[in-house]
Amino acid sequence: MSKPIAVNGDTAIAMAWKQINPDVVAAYPITPQTIIVEAYSDYVADGLVDTEYICAESEHSALSICVGSSAAGARVATATASAGLAFMWEMLYVSASMRTPIVMAVANRTLSGPINIHCDHSDAMGARDSGWLQIFGENVQEAYDNTLMAFRIAENMKVRLPIMTCLDGFIITHALERFEPLEDEKAKAFVGPYQPVRPLLDVKSPTTYGPIAMPEYYYEIKYQLVTAMANAMDVARQVMAEYGELTGRRYDLVEGYRTEDAEYLMVAMGSTAGTVRFVVDQLRAEGKKVGAVKVRLFRPFPTEDLVALLRGKKAVAVLDRAMSPGTGAPLYMDVVEAASQIGSPPRISNYIYGLGGRDIMPEQLSSVFGEIIEGRGERVNYLGVRK
Amino acid sequence: MNLRELTHTEERLCEGHRLCAGCAEPIIARQVLMATDKPVVVANATGCFEVSTTIYPFTAWNVPWIHTAFENAPATISGVEAAYNSLKRQGKLEGEIKFVAFGGDGATYDIGLQSLSGAIERGHDFLYVCFNNEAYMNTGIQRSGATQKGASTTTCPAGSCIPGKREFPKDLTRIIIAHDIPYAAQASPHNWKDLIEKSRKGIETHGPAFINVVSPCPRGWRHDSSQTIAISKLAVETCVWPLYEYENGEWRLTGESLRIAEGSKEKRPVSEWLSSQGRFKHLTKGKFTSVADEIQANVDKKWGELLKLSKM
Amino acid sequence: MADEGSSSLPLGGMIIEPGNSRRYRTGEWRSQRPEVDKEKCTNCLTCWIYCPDNSVLVENEKMMGFKYSHCKGCGICANQCPAKAITMREEGVE
Repeated sequence: MSKPIAVNGDTAIAMAWKQINPDVVAAYPITPQTIIVEAYSDYVADGLVDTEYICAESEHSALSICVGSSAAGARVATATASAGLAFMWEMLYVSASMRTPIVMAVANRTLSGPINIHCDHSDAMGARDSGWLQIFGENVQEAYDNTLMAFRIAENMKVRLPIMTCLDGFIITHALERFEPLEDEKAKAFVGPYQPVRPLLDVKSPTTYGPIAMPEYYYEIKYQLVTAMANAMDVARQVMAEYGELTGRRYDLVEGYRTEDAEYLMVAMGSTAGTVRFVVDQLRAEGKKVGAVKVRLFRPFPTEDLVALLRGKKAVAVLDRAMSPGTGAPLYMDVVEAASQIGSPPRISNYIYGLGGRDIMPEQLSSVFGEIIEGRGERVNYLGVRK
Repeated sequence: MNLRELTHTEERLCEGHRLCAGCAEPIIARQVLMATDKPVVVANATGCFEVSTTIYPFTAWNVPWIHTAFENAPATISGVEAAYNSLKRQGKLEGEIKFVAFGGDGATYDIGLQSLSGAIERGHDFLYVCFNNEAYMNTGIQRSGATQKGASTTTCPAGSCIPGKREFPKDLTRIIIAHDIPYAAQASPHNWKDLIEKSRKGIETHGPAFINVVSPCPRGWRHDSSQTIAISKLAVETCVWPLYEYENGEWRLTGESLRIAEGSKEKRPVSEWLSSQGRFKHLTKGKFTSVADEIQANVDKKWGELLKLSKM
Repeated sequence: MADEGSSSLPLGGMIIEPGNSRRYRTGEWRSQRPEVDKEKCTNCLTCWIYCPDNSVLVENEKMMGFKYSHCKGCGICANQCPAKAITMREEGVE
């Protein structure tokens, strides 16, 4: 059996990459991702991996290099955060549409301005319509586990989409936690060898990558992403089930906690999901019928799974660590859309919290439950802001 | 090397592309790709050449080809080359492959300069070829950092007060040479022997290589489509576009430029170059003729510097 | 309008048939066509190296005329021919 060790989330991701040994890694340093590429550079320097490691001169180039490598037939990984992800924005759409299954760690950090290096999900939320798969982890163990599963999901022949493995900046990236890595051989066997599709380097079958598509073809090529995303839902479910068999750690696209007899739910992603469960236990001890929902897979959005959890509940608070000035935040919008499929849906309110790394405390979440139980609260609430 | 032998090389860019009649870009690309028999993978920046050679579901490419965006052809080819190195080292790939990237002057002088600089500094093994037609032609003839002073474009039009572009172009070839690049050159499609030889050197160089090629655009330069090659020749004969190469730290004039420097060929006046194209029409008579003198003075200054660098 | 559905197209907009642009006949753009006088032609192949559209036919190192299916009629060949063996003529005029 593998032994538990204590590392931070970034190092755990570098360790997962080392086991997977991608053919190419191209990246650009940015807080709070940098530890990943520093740790990985050490593996490269010591000859522990076969990876061609490219220090790009910007994030835009880093992702462009990844697209070139992936199209060429390589297994590719990269990492970024915040402004770096924003700078990649153009290439996010290109990489998804070109079906390059790049795995990218996103150390979730807010977007400027003002400039701020701390956690929120606004970077990843800005990428939610790009065609990338997005999976969120709650702690160091999940950051590692999600990484191994991410390669399998992204590279599956029915999917072939790039994937972001999201982990909360500083809260997970820099916090030392005890976690259990798989033995190297087990991890390698789980992920398996890379299978390219029509690689550019196959000079005997020349492929044209990235042509211009006029209106009579663009939509059909874009619609392939819809099909791939639908397939990804089933593939992710299978991969998580297989990973559970292997490790005993059972994950799902959406995970409910004490939801069965609950009347009130709180939905969250990332590290806050643990705080929500803590608060649920406290309130349960007081006899309140509350439960927690953690969304692991954000793209594709597991609407049906969520519908099953929301059905019959009285009220739901959706926690968003991002905002969409002028309307509700992204997770809330998706939850409301899912709930619209229910005959008499629960009352759903949005709680925007933790922007720019602002701590979220259990007492705050208790009072959110209090609000939704009493039917108070606005449709969209800004938790803890000094108005 | 002679043309009869060259007719036996494989055509890597085929007909049916939709570049304008008389466009210099496919002429240049054909010549560059004739320079090697080895398998080639091509990357392309967004621009006329990219869109016109790959209008889905058609491709004019007989070799593997990739376009991802405007400003990043050097990064994209870096990625392809990195994958090649990795897979070769791991024994997952056999055989030698060469890497060539094409971009226009907008992609090279302006929006993609950082990407090109980064790829050169990292030392990737590829040849980058700039089609320099001195403006953003794909979007309709807008000013770029390569546009000649005095040229009228749609964003620096010659008006009653302003005589077209007010600044001289940046000297990109020398900026690239400042990277201590193993091989860099300027070339013109009229001198096919020179361009193919430079392309051969660029492709065979271990590490990055850069060739800046003057690429007349009948539409943007306002000349008849039949004049493309004649005008590219005039660019060299007036020293507006000198032919030279930089190899292992040495500067060397080539082709007509070498003969002009040696005194065996006449250096023609810039006025001939300006009067050959409609984009300079306003400089040939009237209130803006002094701009033509400034252009001549700048050409002479740059040519003098080049003679010194080439130890002529 | 194209009729292929999304699922029948290759992944991600890849084009998997090299050089299929040959099926797109750019010769239809032409307003003037080049004609060669083989009596004057020296087979120097200058026209071939300067043709932007691979439309100068060469067999056994000899210039054999033009690929009118793709020649756009730019006139570079006529302009550059050292022997003045190529003439541009209005399309549709005999």
